[in-house]
Amino acid sequence: MITVKNLQKSFNNLHVLRGIDQHIGKGDKVVLIGPSGSGKTTFLRCLNLLEVPTGGSICFHGQEITDAKCDINKVRMQMGMVFQQFNLFPHLTIMDNITLGPRKLLGVSKADAEEQAMKLLARVGLQEKARNYPRQLSGGQQQRIAIVRALAMNPEVMLFDEPTSALDPEMVGEVLDVMKQLAEDGMTMVVVTHEMGFAREVADHVIFMDEGVIVEQGPPEQIFGNPQQQRTRDFLRKVLK
Amino acid sequence: MEGILAWFESIKADFILNFITKDRWLLLAKGLGNTLLMTVYALLIGVVIGIVIAVIRSTWDLNSSRMKNPVGKFIFSILNKIAVIYTTVLRGTPMVIQLLILYYVVFAWSSEGLLVASLSFGLNSGAYVAEIFRGGIMSIDKGQFEAGNSLGFNYIQTMWYIIAPQMFKNVLPTLANEFIVLLKETSIAGYATVNDLTYAGNRIRGVTYSPFMPLIAVALIYLGLVMILTHFVGKLERRLRQSDNR
Ligand SMILES: Nc1ncnc2c1ncn2[C@@H]1O[C@H](COP(=O)(O)OP(=O)(O)OP(=O)(O)O)[C@@H](O)[C@H]1O
Ligand SMILES: [Mg+2]
Repeated sequence: MITVKNLQKSFNNLHVLRGIDQHIGKGDKVVLIGPSGSGKTTFLRCLNLLEVPTGGSICFHGQEITDAKCDINKVRMQMGMVFQQFNLFPHLTIMDNITLGPRKLLGVSKADAEEQAMKLLARVGLQEKARNYPRQLSGGQQQRIAIVRALAMNPEVMLFDEPTSALDPEMVGEVLDVMKQLAEDGMTMVVVTHEMGFAREVADHVIFMDEGVIVEQGPPEQIFGNPQQQRTRDFLRKVLK
Repeated sequence: MEGILAWFESIKADFILNFITKDRWLLLAKGLGNTLLMTVYALLIGVVIGIVIAVIRSTWDLNSSRMKNPVGKFIFSILNKIAVIYTTVLRGTPMVIQLLILYYVVFAWSSEGLLVASLSFGLNSGAYVAEIFRGGIMSIDKGQFEAGNSLGFNYIQTMWYIIAPQMFKNVLPTLANEFIVLLKETSIAGYATVNDLTYAGNRIRGVTYSPFMPLIAVALIYLGLVMILTHFVGKLERRLRQSDNR
């Protein structure tokens, strides 16, 4: 579904991504791990062009999205993204947060959009919050709404950038549960996370990144059980101790 | 006692002379009307100009690094330069000079003093309003733009549905204060021979040779207006703050 070839990204003189090749197929659950500053966020944000790559190419369903002729907004409608800081729209109710995209971008009627939103809210157990504003919700609730907002666009793939890092520990579980459920439903997911338990349980492919390159990748059993690279072993020893 | 009575009598005579005789108060009323009219016109013009400049400048600041089309980028860089020069010139020269230039040079052929003065105040106000809006846009978290973009909204849609509503709410009190500043600033409209409140008071002074009454009256009317407006701005601010802590 997504094919990345020799992806490069520099910020001024800082060479952050140094040639990444990766294929993400339909239904894949890819988890990105690696030390801070290794370029995980940058890689994820390149996938929907929130960061514009300085080299290489990204193809989505065979269409090169790095090409100037590509309508990136059309592509983004098919890629949901969940941010570390939730980024809900504070001036809109939860319902309007969820239905804004479908109504304005997909032309769904208000009634249909709200009906679908209620179904999605039920899936994350937050129906009764539909008329509230984001500020009135806890962090964990806000992040679940952010997931619902992305899902409401019926995306083909969901990108998560450390979705639980800004949360109090007791709220991490409720968000991870929603993500696990999503994985079970067959959603294609690319997840940057420090939650190794989640990676082990949900991922079918784990990528270890360091200094802008993929150092090692494979099924979670290999990465966590029998890492081949010294850098992977060092990293895992640090985070799993 | 008699002294006080005499003083009171003279005040009364002064009042009658300045306001009642020949219905001179009508002059003030007319002047007040013109003052308010110019303020409203100027604010409308200022807001329109302010929005245009703020959108040009913040679009440039936020997007110039990722504009792909060289022609578009060039045009935008020119627009941005013009916007910067506009703001610099209108904020860097005295309002009276701007008014005189507009009235005696640019629109020398026109006798519509009130409209020319309104335009002049509006052009000037636009430079300030632009900075208010620009600050409002820049103060909104980058994550809001990104959340909008990630859903598939283009730049204009993100601005319209997500950024502008939050920005307007943030800058409304500042904008209301700009209205108050404008109200007082229009008192120089007399330079363009507009019969505004100040000009009316001064004219009464000129015919009655009794400066105290008309000038104090004019000052009190401005003060009253400003106090009323300030009261409403305060209310508005409290209302907005409340809705923030919903
Ligand atoms: N907009 C930017 N401008 C300049 N440098 C940036 C920018 N975004 C990221 N960087 C730099 O790129 C490098 C990689 O950052 P990135 O956020 O991708 O790392 P990360 O692996 O997600 O780290 P973390 O685990 O801390 O989130 C860092 O050195 C960072 O400082
Ligand atoms: Mg990161």
